[in-house]
Amino acid sequence: MTDASMTPATAPKKKSSLLVQDARTRQRNAAETRFRMFGMAAIGVGLLFLVFLFTSILRSGLPAFTQTVVEIEFTMTQEQFDTAESKMLKTGEYQKIFVNALTEQLDASGLDVAFDGKAIERIVGKPGGTIRSFFLENPDRIGTPVSFELAASSRVDGYMNGRITRDTLVDSRFLMAADLDLVDALEDAGIVKGAFNWNFITGTDSGVDNPGGAGLGASVIGSFFMMLVVLFLSLPIGVAASIYLEEFAPKNRWTDLIEVNISNLAAVPSIVFGILGLAVFIQFAGFPQSAPLVGGLVLTLMTLPTIIISTRASLAAVPPSIRDAALGVGASKMQSVFHHVLPLAMPGILTGTIIGLAQALGETAPLLLIGMVGFVAREYPETFLGGLTDANSAMPAQIYTWASRADPGFYEKAWGGIIILLLFLITMNAIAVLLRRRFERRW
Amino acid sequence: MNDMRIMERKVDTKEVKIAAKDVQVYYGDNHAIKDVSVEIEDKTVTAFIGPSGCGKSTFLRCINRMNDTIDICRVTGDIMIDGEDIYNPKVDPVQLRAKVGMVFQKPNPFPKSIYDNVAYGPKIHGLAKNKADLDNIVENSLRRGAIWDEVKDRLHAPGTGLSGGQQQRLCIARAIATEPEVLLMDEPCSALDPIATAQVEELIDDLRKSYSVVIVTHSMQQAARVSQKTAFFHLGHLVEYGETTTIFTNPVDPRTESYITGRIG
Repeated sequence: MTDASMTPATAPKKKSSLLVQDARTRQRNAAETRFRMFGMAAIGVGLLFLVFLFTSILRSGLPAFTQTVVEIEFTMTQEQFDTAESKMLKTGEYQKIFVNALTEQLDASGLDVAFDGKAIERIVGKPGGTIRSFFLENPDRIGTPVSFELAASSRVDGYMNGRITRDTLVDSRFLMAADLDLVDALEDAGIVKGAFNWNFITGTDSGVDNPGGAGLGASVIGSFFMMLVVLFLSLPIGVAASIYLEEFAPKNRWTDLIEVNISNLAAVPSIVFGILGLAVFIQFAGFPQSAPLVGGLVLTLMTLPTIIISTRASLAAVPPSIRDAALGVGASKMQSVFHHVLPLAMPGILTGTIIGLAQALGETAPLLLIGMVGFVAREYPETFLGGLTDANSAMPAQIYTWASRADPGFYEKAWGGIIILLLFLITMNAIAVLLRRRFERRW
Repeated sequence: MNDMRIMERKVDTKEVKIAAKDVQVYYGDNHAIKDVSVEIEDKTVTAFIGPSGCGKSTFLRCINRMNDTIDICRVTGDIMIDGEDIYNPKVDPVQLRAKVGMVFQKPNPFPKSIYDNVAYGPKIHGLAKNKADLDNIVENSLRRGAIWDEVKDRLHAPGTGLSGGQQQRLCIARAIATEPEVLLMDEPCSALDPIATAQVEELIDDLRKSYSVVIVTHSMQQAARVSQKTAFFHLGHLVEYGETTTIFTNPVDPRTESYITGRIG
């Protein structure tokens, strides 16, 4: 300290009052208030986006869970059946029977709308095939009243839930403005109505021109089998690797290198893992294309760094005094780790694993590269093993496929798929929280 | 120093339990223990005193090879227990630590029940043949740890729920449950209040009947109260070692005198 900076000893020190804030304190308090405001604003913006996200997802996605159906009950006589079966164009004949039944019921309701078979085709597709195969399979139902519930086409569906209005409808071979009168009449007669679309949850992917028949079920199964593979590979491998690295490995240049590379792997773009999986598992090892097994292997590679990093962090968080205590009573290194350290690190490991699984569940890009695209998910696997090796898709890939299809009906299916995917993710995160609470309470 | 109560106890035996010769310890480049040679007797409480960082805890941790867990630590010289070199490559440190129990500075019970804390050692060493046997060992150890009466009704309550002094006595009970021959204590009372300290000290004095006890302490009063032999460490050297009474009343080395009179340290 120099003399110049010292205050003259003669200057009398002014007494300060605690009741008056000095300038410095005011400044500090103002800074603190400002910081709190920023914090609250940031949280507010975050919440706002969350609300925006959820409303838009729900608004666009919920229609996917309802499906406009044409429900009609009619009796097929043996005579009609025999006549239809003797024709060259059998399904066309069944369609005529269907149209006749429809006309009768409309007349019975006092609604007089003129329509032809083409209009029916635009509204419910070609119902003849469905009706014929039903009666071929159940010949004993001929002569009794049978109720058919047929999915309406996506444009009718759109009209019913407001996506298409009379003003926006452009006449095309898919739907004419005149058809809407028929739809209205059918709705008045109680034949066209909305129903919960179970098929969306349990069904499989449909063709590009049939959004009404598309379902997520097969992809959910695909995702499930992938998660099985990921869980059973990445949990033991990841935990074993982290225990070795954290507790046993000497700290030298090699382990440092491994550590840095694990951190790097966690940041590698997922599409790189996809290419790797394609090259190694499919082209080199010869595993089947589009198989959830391969998807699971690729996602295991992606999840491992996450699990290793979180497991190592929770192992490192166990106080060293516990290790000392165990070694002090003569436990071996392994006993101290497995009896004392690992149980204490368990909540962290489980949380890390489930978060890793949730990440893997939402991963799309690598799946597209190994052929697990949405349109592959046309049927359920027949056996458990088939679940691993049969071509299938996964939820996010299915959503991606739907989102890229031209028919606007698929647009709401994609959003609906997102709702289901989010439900799975929220459930998994809830399980993580529960497990964490439960294990922590035990200690 | 007038208030010091120096124990005048007859030491039962003069048999040497631990013999260290020219022990050097390095932490990387840091030479932490220099040329320490000491003979520690059986059925005796030996106190290591000295200022912080003088190496007394380091030396203590050499006796049960806890320093093995520190990568950069290197020990040379001989430490013999009952005439056997514990740094012989044939010696398994795990087996050694069953023979040389340790109590740490901070009470560190396992986050398990009181019963499991004590039963853990006997279980992994196979000391109990059946459940009744194990119950016996647990009860005896807790009794010897002078904590049985306080915990007998809540053996299955978590050990971490006890008070600091109780936790430390639980840790001592845990250490003696494995039937060690030597008990190392690294500042066992530094985290305890005077009453808990008195209880633990009484316990240590009692343990002397069966074990060779080595205790590191910062409190010279404690060293004077509980030990028969005292070793004074300073800057990695063993400055002076002898009967506790001699060290405290008539130290030979001027550094010892300065330390116990409070001029250095």
